[in-house]
Amino acid sequence: MSTNVAEAAEAVVPEVSKGERFRSYDVDAFEVPGGREEDWRFTPMRRLRGLHDGSAEPSGSATVEVIGEASVETVDRTDSRLGEAGIPGDRIAAQAYSAFETATVVSVPAETKLEGPVTVTVTGPGTDQVAYGHIQVRAERFAEATVVLDHRGSGIYADNVEIVAGDGAKLSVVVVTDWADDAVHVSAQHTKLGRDATLRHTLVALGGDLVRVSPTVQFSQPGADAELDGLYFADAHQHFEHRLFVDHAVPNCRSNVVYKGALQGVDAHTVWIGDVLIRAAAEGTETFELNRNLVLTQGARADSVPNLEIETGEIVSAGHASATGRFDDEQLFYLQARGIPEDQARRLVVRGFFHELLMKIDVPEVRERLESAIEAELEAVGA
Amino acid sequence: MSTLEIKDLHVAVNTDEGQKELLHGVNLTIKSDETHAIMGPNGSGKSTLSYAIAGHPKYEVTSGSVTLDGEDVLEMSVDERARAGLFLAMQYPVEVPGVSMSNFLRTAATAVRGEAPKLRHWVKEVKESMGALDIDPAFAERSVNEGFSGGEKKRHEILQLDLLNPKFAILDETDSGLDVDALRVVSEGVNRYREDGGHGIMLITHYTRILKHIKPDFVHVFAGGKVVESGGPELADKLEEEGYVAYTGNKKEAATV
Repeated sequence: MSTNVAEAAEAVVPEVSKGERFRSYDVDAFEVPGGREEDWRFTPMRRLRGLHDGSAEPSGSATVEVIGEASVETVDRTDSRLGEAGIPGDRIAAQAYSAFETATVVSVPAETKLEGPVTVTVTGPGTDQVAYGHIQVRAERFAEATVVLDHRGSGIYADNVEIVAGDGAKLSVVVVTDWADDAVHVSAQHTKLGRDATLRHTLVALGGDLVRVSPTVQFSQPGADAELDGLYFADAHQHFEHRLFVDHAVPNCRSNVVYKGALQGVDAHTVWIGDVLIRAAAEGTETFELNRNLVLTQGARADSVPNLEIETGEIVSAGHASATGRFDDEQLFYLQARGIPEDQARRLVVRGFFHELLMKIDVPEVRERLESAIEAELEAVGA
Repeated sequence: MSTLEIKDLHVAVNTDEGQKELLHGVNLTIKSDETHAIMGPNGSGKSTLSYAIAGHPKYEVTSGSVTLDGEDVLEMSVDERARAGLFLAMQYPVEVPGVSMSNFLRTAATAVRGEAPKLRHWVKEVKESMGALDIDPAFAERSVNEGFSGGEKKRHEILQLDLLNPKFAILDETDSGLDVDALRVVSEGVNRYREDGGHGIMLITHYTRILKHIKPDFVHVFAGGKVVESGGPELADKLEEEGYVAYTGNKKEAATV
């Protein structure tokens, strides 16, 4: 389903616009969510392990290691750059902001192009341990870089990730959540783009008990381009939630969202919320968002909620599409009718489903790791 | 010498109103080096016959048998039937996004031949086969059937026929939706397969025009879910003259284009 400009211009703006959402650094400024609020209605609150109600006291720390050519600083909360990309918009993000001890700032100097990727490895605090973190990735004006945020290990972890792309910068950030089975991770990822900046944000969710990532994109100047891609593969009992908010507040920016997920096993649950707001000033906006889910077995559930708010008709295009389906039996029949055994045919179809996104990941090591992770997931159910 | 034997085949589909029988006892035997044209009006069950032989899950065989050289085809899974030597060129080939044609062809050839073809020979083989069907080499890197025109899809069905080299080919309305040039190219591909020797063809069609390119040895008229008349090539000429009216009572059903 796609919304054309004429129809879109008539869309009713809900009373409470996503653009008006409350934001604060202060955890106590937010009420403790009970689970019925719009923001939390899909999240199994019990499995948040107290991140949302103040009971999760920090008991350990996540380690952050950075490999690559970027400059790396460990700073405290007085650093004036912190908060530049965005202010926490929910209680857990505010909790993380209130509780982190040191922040890691990874920056790429102006007019510098890094050849290889920068890898930031975040290792969880350990089983049943709680930690809060803060990471800022900065590409100064006309810088070009690829940064991988790789999450591994165990524990309960909430953080704010800030991504700042200066004027004309080209930044690719690949976020991999490859946690151990017990891990709980709630991450607010604030992105701010300067004039003519290009950002590609790729989220890859593979492991963890509950992983909830909320990327927000804020355009501060015209001409910027944001590409948000996501791949997720949820197994039995895993909850992967993605809440996107793209805020078109200035003219002539472009955003494109493509999230694809596969689910298998009992109580595998994925959530995709795609909110796009085109404010009155954002003439010439071009935006599209797409979510596709492939449900491989019984008992898995995918929720998908696209939402487009449009306050001006003077835009290039705006639309969204969402589809959740089971395996296409016709595709399987076709492949099998050419002699390909069923398990192999299923693998071909799933690999094909993720193909366009995999090909866009510009770090070969990450891409290969994902390909083998997908293979391993499929082997696991004997698909 | 191989034989594909269909005996008293009854096939049904499940609908909201319960099970509905579409084929009411089909009898047909095809041997290597024979080309059988199955002709019939729309809705006569021609495509059902082809899908039932290939093993499409939607169609349930309620009685009768299909054997390939005495082996029970109906006991085999869809992929086993293909590996046993049956090939169905589909009327509506399915799109498989994200799977490249070259990957698909190689995976299928590996499955059917029982071993991966040697890469160097394979590349040459595919290139020659594509060339013979006037297929642009760029198609090898495109997703299977995705965004292909009707004619491009049909050419690729015949490409698969050529590369997989089955004992029997069932061509389900391969001629429909083809322009004159595409019909010629596709027919030449089928004729090459036929002239290779040892191959049997079941050519399902609504129209007689493809029979000017691919000459059948036998013609069967299909109506109401079974074969109602069989004969030689002259039966096609009769159909061209008179249409299917004698079999359906419907004057509008013409066999010619």
